[in-house]
Amino acid sequence: MVNRYAPWRYILLILIIAVGVVYATPNLYGEDPAVQITHRVNLVDEAELGNIRNLLETENIDYRSIELDGNNVLVRFPSEEAQLKAAAQIRDALHASDRRYSIALNLAPATPDWLTALNALPMYLGLDLRGGVHFLMEVDMESAIEKSMQRTADELRSFMREEKIRYRSVQTDKRKISVRFTSAAERDAARLLLEDEYRDFEFADSNDDLNWFIEISFNPTALEEERRAAIEQNISTLKNRVNELGVAEPVIQRQGEERVVVQLPGVQDTVRAKEILGATATLEFRLVHGSFAEWNAAQASGKAPIGTRLYTQSNGDPVLLKRSVIVTGDQIVGAASGIDQQSGSPDVTITMNANGADRMARVTRDNIGKPMAVVFIEDKFEFREENGVRQRIRTTESQVINVATIRDQLSKRFHITGLDSTREARDLALLLRAGALRAPMVIVEERTVGPSLGQENIDRGFLSVVVGFVLVLLFMSVYYKVFGLVANLALTLNLVLMVAILSIFQATLTLPGIAGIVLTVGMAVDANVLIFERIREEIRIGNTPQAAIYVGYEKAFGTIADANITTFIAAIVLFGFGTGPIQGFAVTLMIGIVSSMFTAIFGTRAVINLIYGRKQISRLAI
Amino acid sequence: MAISRFNNLDFMAWRRLALILSITLLLVSIVSLVTLKLNVGIDFTGGSIIEVGYQQAVELEPIRQALEADGFGDAIVQHFGSASEVLIRLVPDAEKDKAELSSQIIGLLKAASETDIDVRRVDFVGPQVGEELTEDGGLAVLYALIAILVYVAFRFEYRFSLGAVAALIHDVVITLGVFSILQLNFDLSVLAAILAVIGYSLNDTIVVFDRVRENFRKIRKKTSREIVNQSINQTISRTLMTSFTTLLVLLSLFFLGGEAIHAFATALIIGVVVGTYSSIYVATTTALALGISRSDLLLPDKEGEDMARP
Repeated sequence: MVNRYAPWRYILLILIIAVGVVYATPNLYGEDPAVQITHRVNLVDEAELGNIRNLLETENIDYRSIELDGNNVLVRFPSEEAQLKAAAQIRDALHASDRRYSIALNLAPATPDWLTALNALPMYLGLDLRGGVHFLMEVDMESAIEKSMQRTADELRSFMREEKIRYRSVQTDKRKISVRFTSAAERDAARLLLEDEYRDFEFADSNDDLNWFIEISFNPTALEEERRAAIEQNISTLKNRVNELGVAEPVIQRQGEERVVVQLPGVQDTVRAKEILGATATLEFRLVHGSFAEWNAAQASGKAPIGTRLYTQSNGDPVLLKRSVIVTGDQIVGAASGIDQQSGSPDVTITMNANGADRMARVTRDNIGKPMAVVFIEDKFEFREENGVRQRIRTTESQVINVATIRDQLSKRFHITGLDSTREARDLALLLRAGALRAPMVIVEERTVGPSLGQENIDRGFLSVVVGFVLVLLFMSVYYKVFGLVANLALTLNLVLMVAILSIFQATLTLPGIAGIVLTVGMAVDANVLIFERIREEIRIGNTPQAAIYVGYEKAFGTIADANITTFIAAIVLFGFGTGPIQGFAVTLMIGIVSSMFTAIFGTRAVINLIYGRKQISRLAI
Repeated sequence: MAISRFNNLDFMAWRRLALILSITLLLVSIVSLVTLKLNVGIDFTGGSIIEVGYQQAVELEPIRQALEADGFGDAIVQHFGSASEVLIRLVPDAEKDKAELSSQIIGLLKAASETDIDVRRVDFVGPQVGEELTEDGGLAVLYALIAILVYVAFRFEYRFSLGAVAALIHDVVITLGVFSILQLNFDLSVLAAILAVIGYSLNDTIVVFDRVRENFRKIRKKTSREIVNQSINQTISRTLMTSFTTLLVLLSLFFLGGEAIHAFATALIIGVVVGTYSSIYVATTTALALGISRSDLLLPDKEGEDMARP
């Protein structure tokens, strides 16, 4: 009996080894510290690249390369110091003329061009290895709905005024608006008109002895649409904010119905990232009502006259503002912080969209000489336990940061002052530029890994893989002699293939992923142990070496398949129910099972056949 | 007839002893899990962990005082890995759990330290997310067990299936028990390890079952007990070999992998040891006790001559 493999099997094996080696190689090259420059609207072109190159050369900053990569410029540096210095210089130079440039620090893979041309790229390192922040943010849907209700109530009032519908009051609740009428006839007439105009809503009548009401709430489809819109607008706002922060390769993704995952690789100042992402700050412009005396009276009684609301100024004084808003933060399209030339205090220059500019122009024209207030609004959260149930309580803090007399008609662009610090002005400008969140968001999970720990995780993970691997190789060659060496080839190929497959899929390598690789290395031996033990057994019962090899592989196969399929099932379940890191572990485990079966059965058999298959042999070195 | 390297040890003779050992370990584990409970980490309870690195070794007392002065008196402050690294754990508190807390603490630590400090890690898990993780984790284990039960019943026989699941529950409970007795920190990575233990122990069990099935079909003149014993003898060197190589790798992870995978490696080491034992003594003896016999495993069509005698 001889053990031979057809030539095509060897060709296949060699092909797979070649592909594996090519696609695993990029991981050996490491990464360069880099700066990535993008423009939010325009494509960055050759001219811009030339400017940046000139800047680096005049500033004498040592760089490795500069290239146009898709629609951004990528500059690589030999050291982190050079990277940080260059980033600051480039930012200053570009932002002097156009603030829409985003300058982000990045780690760019140092893969040679010939590999990149083959689409062979290294694995993407997870946040736990490269450092960075992971946030899970939850949209407060209740406030989103509540805000839409308030907006709708404002529209309702003006609609009913225009249509000359007589009503007593409009009140908003969290989920519904109730409009009060003095008679059933008035109510019924109004309902006809309203139902025709507001098709996304459900209407219900109710009444007591004196009043007749229409209660208006979103219909289920519209409610669903509101929720979807809320999370989508929040995601786009978060994207803008992340761009403003200058982060390379951020991940901003919806997860489930109400949550968004934000991953910011390489972010150093996590405290600021947290403030900016979660910030709900926005502005409102309102007209001031009444005199100082009236404000004090309102504060003392706690009652604001109809159509007004009581606010606190930054110096602690009360002030009454009209309920109707001139413009809100979402009508702001541009904002830049600076220093007010007259007072020398920090200011923010605001640019409105066409709608906002129109309204601002109309209101200020009609109210020259009267005071207008800028209100800074921020949502805060608190947790409270009530009857064993955790409640999230939202409080809105509104503070009047500035009251100024309208001297002139304002329109598209104007300044506001009254901010405490340049930092506050800068952050406010950023938030206004990036747009407001439609509904407040809370961070429900945070995982931050500093850059030093990330590097340590890589080093340690790598070391433990190497040591564990070498130990297994040593043991196998001692215990199974020639067969052990063949198994070692298979193990090495297994490792190469796993890395190659993970790289081809551009999987994210995390610490649990490394653990998965290590564990697979330990377990991948199993298939070979099963085969070799079986061969030894066959020799003991008196089979010839060739027959022992043949039967050993044959019989062990069923066992290996059964054992691996069950483990594979466990891995699938892990993947299905686990979260991020557990899924990473499960994916590595699955890839490991497949590649270890291939290498341990097909790979070793090919080599064993080559060594023993052709000749008459009396004994095996096993 | 096969001659094992181990001279045909009578494994089944010790199965009463093994039963007593298993039951004792299970009882101790369950008692500990009920009384001491698991030292679950913030992944499941919610809360914050902040790990900071100082430029040189630091005393913990001044840090505690600084935190206490600002109302964080119940924070747990300890060295982590070395004397220049400090871990601060905030006990979950329904009233104030927020991601902003860690920012406050970092601010305080920076103010209290003369030299610059390096924020190495911040983990914050909201209580709701923690609850979900506990639930999802528990479900993952449950579903994995059910999927395996079905697959093994389909591939082998239901009594094997019950034996395999008994072994898995045995392994999981004892691994959890060790974590409870030693009060080791039980986090998400340990949960992943527990699931890996399930996969591993199952692998071992299936290999033994496979041999039992093969021998039942091949050998006619022996009792079930003898066949099981022979199968274990035939697979024991493989079982020990694979466990040994896996342990080599796990020990490398345990000693060199760093703090982040320490708990993961610990759980797997316990699991692999217990899993190796259970694949020999729990899975097969359960199947045997349930009355598995030759007739249950015959292939109805192919081996016609074997059908003669049940």
